[in-house]
Amino acid sequence: MTLTQQRKLKTILVGLASWTVALLLFFPIFWMFITSFKTELQAISVPPQLFFEPTFENFSLVQERSDYLKHAWNSVVTSFGATILALIIAIPAAYSMAFFPGKKTKDILLWMLSTKMLPAVGVLVPIYILSRDYGLLDSKLGLVIIFTLMNLPIIVWMLFSYFKDLPKEILEAARMDGATPWDEMIKVVLPLSVGGIASTGLLSIVLCWNEAFWSLNLTASEAAPLTAMIASYSSPEGLFWAKLSAASTLACAPIVIFGWFCQKQLVQGLTFGAVK
Amino acid sequence: MKSLTKTAIACAVSLAAFNAFAETQITIATVNNGHMIEMQKLSPEFEKQYPDIKLKWVTLEEGVLRQNVTQDIANGSGLYDVMTIGMYEAPIWGERGWLEPVDTSGDYDVEDILPSIRGGLSYNGTMYAAPFYGESSMVMYRKDLAEKAGVTIGDRDSWEHIRDAAAAMNDPENGVYGICLRGKAGWGDNMAFLSAMANSFGARWFDMDWKPQLTSDEWKNAVNFYVDLLNKYGPPGASGNSFNENLALFNEGKCGMWIDATIAASFVTDPKQSKVADKVGFAQSPYAVTEKGANWLWSWALGIPAATKNAEAAQTFVRWATSKEYIKLVADHNGWGAVPTGTRTSTYENPEFTKAAVFADAELKAINSANPNDSTLQPSPYVGVQFAAIPEFQAIGTTTGQMVSGALAGSLPVDKALESANRSADRQMRQAGYY
Repeated sequence: MTLTQQRKLKTILVGLASWTVALLLFFPIFWMFITSFKTELQAISVPPQLFFEPTFENFSLVQERSDYLKHAWNSVVTSFGATILALIIAIPAAYSMAFFPGKKTKDILLWMLSTKMLPAVGVLVPIYILSRDYGLLDSKLGLVIIFTLMNLPIIVWMLFSYFKDLPKEILEAARMDGATPWDEMIKVVLPLSVGGIASTGLLSIVLCWNEAFWSLNLTASEAAPLTAMIASYSSPEGLFWAKLSAASTLACAPIVIFGWFCQKQLVQGLTFGAVK
Repeated sequence: MKSLTKTAIACAVSLAAFNAFAETQITIATVNNGHMIEMQKLSPEFEKQYPDIKLKWVTLEEGVLRQNVTQDIANGSGLYDVMTIGMYEAPIWGERGWLEPVDTSGDYDVEDILPSIRGGLSYNGTMYAAPFYGESSMVMYRKDLAEKAGVTIGDRDSWEHIRDAAAAMNDPENGVYGICLRGKAGWGDNMAFLSAMANSFGARWFDMDWKPQLTSDEWKNAVNFYVDLLNKYGPPGASGNSFNENLALFNEGKCGMWIDATIAASFVTDPKQSKVADKVGFAQSPYAVTEKGANWLWSWALGIPAATKNAEAAQTFVRWATSKEYIKLVADHNGWGAVPTGTRTSTYENPEFTKAAVFADAELKAINSANPNDSTLQPSPYVGVQFAAIPEFQAIGTTTGQMVSGALAGSLPVDKALESANRSADRQMRQAGYY
């Protein structure tokens, strides 16, 4: 086998492996999508049916029973609100740690990440009681605060990695021109990091959109986002797969479309720390 | 002066008008069961009848509902004004003063509610939740398969007879399994079924000193019989099946028999979701050494948390949703076959209902034969047929369920599973200060 042939074979094998992984990851979403067009009986049939007469009944039932727009609006407000708030806190934090590191900066970063290792349920009761006492139960503000705290460590870490890759010489040049640290951050670092900040923000939005644990525990009728709407379609006594799939499809649709448009930034955001 | 008086009168009138139209909004937490969703659909009728009360609905998955309402009620958050709770929670929460007693005065006709259901939702004679629908357990079987196999299935057959019938109907090559039973771990899943089965083998959860009895011969006999039966004549992967999985199997025509909640009868006879709708027969649950506690008793009920600020409006709603008039309203909209059952004697006395629901007689017989206050052969200190109404039971029942599910899957022997479960239960009861 010549070198060119070997290369070709390698390309084919890598392509095949990538397609297999991509299809494996995509399959559950595809199955959810087609199940949403089945009747409950078709949804449970063994062997599973791939060809059937599609019905829109599940979607109309979901529309009839749940206020989809209200849930979607709650998801939009909490995801974007929490992301903006988290970025406002994380940008100065990451900036100071990247450009003015102290002796304990690494420890602080590790400590921040360690908070993500605590299972959320471990702090459920204190957070529930605090939310009750501050009137934040079943409120969008309550969820925004929780989502912000939840994603802050990841956002700080991502921005920190991004800022660290910026050439220090540019900042030195700005300093020579008389820029203060504040000017450096606003006028030099931020314009250079728009891509990194955008991809960090996108990831945060996706994480907030998909969050279910706190949404289910801290909301009732007013602030419940789409994840709470999906959960309401699971039934202890009765078939529900088709209706649940329809609710999930409706809940996923906005973020999938959003992700589709922003996939370039997302991929960049997820890989920019990996090539050092 | 005149204009001042006029202004004052105008203000008073508009204030009175505002008060007259002041709305009370109540939030209702519920599970996604067919009857509950129907109640949500019919709620505009309630708002028409009581224009000063507006209803808000929160539908949750059963586990999440339990967790949320427990948090809400234990912390006095007052997020919900009406909550859907089960027969397990009602007496425990009633005893702690977490629930408002149900207002049964006037034309509510509390005497019409089935006595066993009323008893299960009460503490010290006071009803703390109003039953929305009730259920027991019974045998659902395929008449065609039984006939083909030459077996008969009747009320209160012995477990041996059921095993023989399962063996005769079992035809795995053609995708038909003799019997489908719950195997998924959970106090409300496999242990609901197995507790009732163990009762009929003469077992009990606790003796009169609250000591767990899971290592008794009665428990061992029951669980060994169950594991053997399901392994020989049950569907593959039975340790992962609960109500919905077995419902799917039965409706697909893959089970000869299924012993589960009576509410399933309306699903398996519904041609829209069952391939075997016209071939199903019903019989009372089997027994081994006693008929006591052989079939369970459960009710989904509406309770009013003591922390609510809208108790009066909540009472009005609960009385409406659990009244005879509501049952009639459902019948007017969807027919008598779709009404919530297992709550009121008058439903079963209605000839239109008995005509529409082929399972009515079997269901009433099953519910009436279950007595939560006397469900074990040997005396026991707890209330409940398939559970013990004490706060510790959820954890004890679920741990035992996990052990038994493991034994069913073949990962440990039955005796070992019961010993571990008993040790864990003993530790929890000791920690809780029972002895």
